[in-house]
Amino acid sequence: MTPLVQLGRPDRTPKTMVTLTIDGQAVTVPEGTTIINACESLGITVPTLCYLETLRPVNVCRLCVVEVEGARVLAPACSRAVEPGMQVQTQSARVKHSRKLVLELLASSVDLSTTPGMSDLLEEYDCSPERYGPPEPPHAPGTRDAHIPGHHQPPNVAYAARVAQPTKVDNDLYIRDYGKCVLCYKCVEACGPDHQNTFAIAVAGRGFDARISTELAVPLPQSACVYCGNCIAVCPTGALMAKDEYDMRAAGTWHEEAQQVTDTICPYCGVGCTLTLHVQDDIIVKSTSPLENSITLGNLCIKGRFGWRFVQGPNPVASTGVSGRG
Amino acid sequence: MDIKLLDATPTAVERAAVDAVLGAPTNAWDGGARGSARDAHTAPGGKSVRDRRHELIPALHALQGRVGWISEGGLGYVCERLGVPPADAWGVATFYALFATTPRPQRVLHVCDDVGCRNRGTREIEHALESACGRSVREAPAGSQVVLDERDGAWMHSPCLGLCDAAPAALLTIAGETPVERLLGHVTPQQAVGLVTGSDSAPADSHVPELPQHGDPSLVLLKRCGVVDPTSLEAYRTAGGFTALAKARAMGAEAVIAEVSAAKLVGRGGAAFPTGRKWEAVRTQAASPHYLVCNADESEPGTFKDRVLLTQDPFALVESLMIASFATGASRAFVYIRAEYPLAADRMANAIQQTRDAGLFAAGFDIEIRRGAGAYICGEETALFESIEGKRGEPRSKPPFPVEVGLFGKPTVVNNVETLLNVLPIVLEGGARYASTGSGNSTGTRLFCLSGAVARPGVYEVPMGTNLRDLLAMAGTDSVSAILLGGAAGTFLRADEIDLPLTLEASRAANTTLGSGVVMVFADHADLRDVVLRIAGFFRDESCGQCVPCRVGTVRQEEALHRIVKGATLGGTGRELALLEEVGVAMRDASICGLGQTAYSAVESAIKRLRLFEVVS
Ligand SMILES: Cc1cc2nc3c(=O)[nH]c(=O)nc-3n(C[C@H](O)[C@H](O)[C@H](O)COP(=O)(O)O)c2cc1C
Ligand code: SF4
Ligand code: SF4
Ligand code: SF4
Ligand code: FES
Ligand code: FES
Repeated sequence: MTPLVQLGRPDRTPKTMVTLTIDGQAVTVPEGTTIINACESLGITVPTLCYLETLRPVNVCRLCVVEVEGARVLAPACSRAVEPGMQVQTQSARVKHSRKLVLELLASSVDLSTTPGMSDLLEEYDCSPERYGPPEPPHAPGTRDAHIPGHHQPPNVAYAARVAQPTKVDNDLYIRDYGKCVLCYKCVEACGPDHQNTFAIAVAGRGFDARISTELAVPLPQSACVYCGNCIAVCPTGALMAKDEYDMRAAGTWHEEAQQVTDTICPYCGVGCTLTLHVQDDIIVKSTSPLENSITLGNLCIKGRFGWRFVQGPNPVASTGVSGRG
Repeated sequence: MDIKLLDATPTAVERAAVDAVLGAPTNAWDGGARGSARDAHTAPGGKSVRDRRHELIPALHALQGRVGWISEGGLGYVCERLGVPPADAWGVATFYALFATTPRPQRVLHVCDDVGCRNRGTREIEHALESACGRSVREAPAGSQVVLDERDGAWMHSPCLGLCDAAPAALLTIAGETPVERLLGHVTPQQAVGLVTGSDSAPADSHVPELPQHGDPSLVLLKRCGVVDPTSLEAYRTAGGFTALAKARAMGAEAVIAEVSAAKLVGRGGAAFPTGRKWEAVRTQAASPHYLVCNADESEPGTFKDRVLLTQDPFALVESLMIASFATGASRAFVYIRAEYPLAADRMANAIQQTRDAGLFAAGFDIEIRRGAGAYICGEETALFESIEGKRGEPRSKPPFPVEVGLFGKPTVVNNVETLLNVLPIVLEGGARYASTGSGNSTGTRLFCLSGAVARPGVYEVPMGTNLRDLLAMAGTDSVSAILLGGAAGTFLRADEIDLPLTLEASRAANTTLGSGVVMVFADHADLRDVVLRIAGFFRDESCGQCVPCRVGTVRQEEALHRIVKGATLGGTGRELALLEEVGVAMRDASICGLGQTAYSAVESAIKRLRLFEVVS
């Protein structure tokens, strides 16, 4: 699979072909292809978390690591370019060990309950996150935002440290549940130079205290956020979620399997973004845009993302039955 | 860039401090006064403003130095001046340990509690400070704003300050019109209390380091230290300075690199990469300009050799930088000096200034100093680039390597201070002659930082291949229980393992590393488990936090060690050791950079060589 979108100008320079071996199978791909794309062409899947076709690879989660013969350490398949004669193992014992540990380290410190596909992965890699100790109780609101970089807090031997903290609900459109954040940097990229160019959020702090933050950790309404929701669209864990979905999940009325998904064109402006409406019981409960759409790359503006309530009349949230739906 | 700025306004003092480094604003769009008719019609800026991003950290230093912390108004003004989004600047300010983003007193004493100091006087200092001045800043309740009376002083803990030869060490910072920064050794408890309360004025920084081999005629790298006045170009010239530069220019760039290659010089910063190969790779790059970066971040616990060179022989580094730039076609050199080395930065600035004024720089060439802000990770070469570029010190993924895509995306040579100083003897006497010292592929002399339980701590220069036992004898040891070789990223050795020739080959064969030249000695009565816990804590604190294996792995490693030491294991010590091994292997295999890749190294050696955590059956 080639990337869905080419960021920047299309690359029309002629490419030399490169032959390498992956899990014993030879494959020939254009130079500059990433290992993960070479794997796809052989039908080999590599698990990823911080990788997305529409964003520049940050290669930070290390879930996609593979073994390259002769290399001292494992390589991130999502961003490492192929080289002639490369011998790649995607299922060696070393690879499996690191993937398992990455999954366990995440699962023991982050709430992955709304990360799609995660329970299967944890099972596939035989993970037992409990073995790092009982989960630490949630941090009080704001405390993780105030850690002093580099200054030591001795560990509490009774618990395995976690990033758990109360959900930040500071506006009507979307919530930030950083207890579920794996720090994949996707939202920062989407809000910043890769898509939105608003730069409302960044990574602050360092080490285990690193977190996604607005300036001075101010609530979103005081930040530069324009509520395009493009960060929500790329978040792989559900840490960022539209408020409606969050409320419906809390009320137990969110039924993804019962939702109809329909593509249409956004009615607001002449750009004409493709909208995917997620409809549950004849009510629009979510609006997204397809990642592979060459105009939007999955992005929308505040109107397309959140401005469809008029369809359902004056008080749609009440009528979606956040409280009353059975 | 159209960015939303902060609402808070800077004070006049903050504005002046920032303007002093950035220059006065030129129009209403970059923080100047409103009113000019032109400003209402055109918005100058764009790329020319964005290109100033690399001035972000110097500007934050200006606020920190002037006010003692970075306020919302101050941060906002810097953002306005440089066109940096406030969230982005916040991410940078909260990355570095020496930047405070909540109010902090102007006077702060940073007390080293790292492995070299904690049993050599730090505890007494801590006790005295706790009873006289209250708890350290970091021990204030988690997350609470530490609001203290501005007139009072405060104290904090610090990782290794690079002054282990004069343990216990502390760094004093006093914000003000002329910010004071002093790196102090042999600090007594009473002195510490006086420095925090302000009753003791900061002693002048004229520190002459321990130079145990002072006057020894066999010295090559250290021969001028403590002998030639480090503040005078004339003195350096009289001592033969700048003859290597003249010779190099006469030889030509390719010949210089050939000599460096023939000398088999390898990097002294820890990774031992062949310098000649690095230089040649940059020299032949088509992209321009080329940059040279001198890595003077020296934050590996137990390392202090570069501090001695920077403070005692700065002109030699300037000359080396000029030769290296000439050989690699670099039009600009940067020296990245850790913030904890104020005297080193002053001495280097002075040496650069005098050399520039004497007209010795080639046309268009210059050397610039950049200061770190408290982050070990910025010693990693690509994190260092990010830091110079005004960003968080997050290492980049390699490839591409710096020789192709380095600082500002250009071909870049990065070398350690000591590596560069070796270029002078190589140019003067030729690579072959240089390579005749040492053994095998480990050529030349090397600096070792001896500290801990030794009679004469300090920097020692010995030929490569010298036996560790002889080196220890030079420094004088009595009862040795263990040695930390290579720093926190290195390994422990048992007392019966000291019969080790100090070469790359022999250390590799013995499954250890010379690293940055750390030889820290622990006496018989030393609490080695406490030392291991401190190292584990160091990696947890200094991880940049980018990648999962290191960000969470260093936390799990520290937790497991604490559980063992406190007798609170999950299912017994054997299970904990197995868990440590599993986490350690994943950190080594899957982390992005050398920090995560070596975070288990010393711990592993403490488990397997020292058997500190033996399972009791
Ligand atoms: C976490 C980390 C910290 C490092 N710190 C330093 C340092 O303080 N000084 C240094 O010269 N090299 C340091 N290095 C090594 C540099 O990345 C780089 O290899 C070196 O500066 C290259 O110069 P050399 O070839 O002259 O040794 C560090 C590496 C890592 C992974
Ligand atoms: S909603 Fe849009 S502007 Fe706001 S943080 Fe997310 S990506 Fe940035
Ligand atoms: S909030 Fe979501 S997108 Fe952003 S870093 Fe966390 S997990 Fe990734
Ligand atoms: S290994 Fe650690 S320090 Fe290096 S990039 Fe990963 S998190 Fe950052
Ligand atoms: S998917 Fe490759 S490192 Fe995250
Ligand atoms: S200065 Fe304290 S350990 Fe190095």
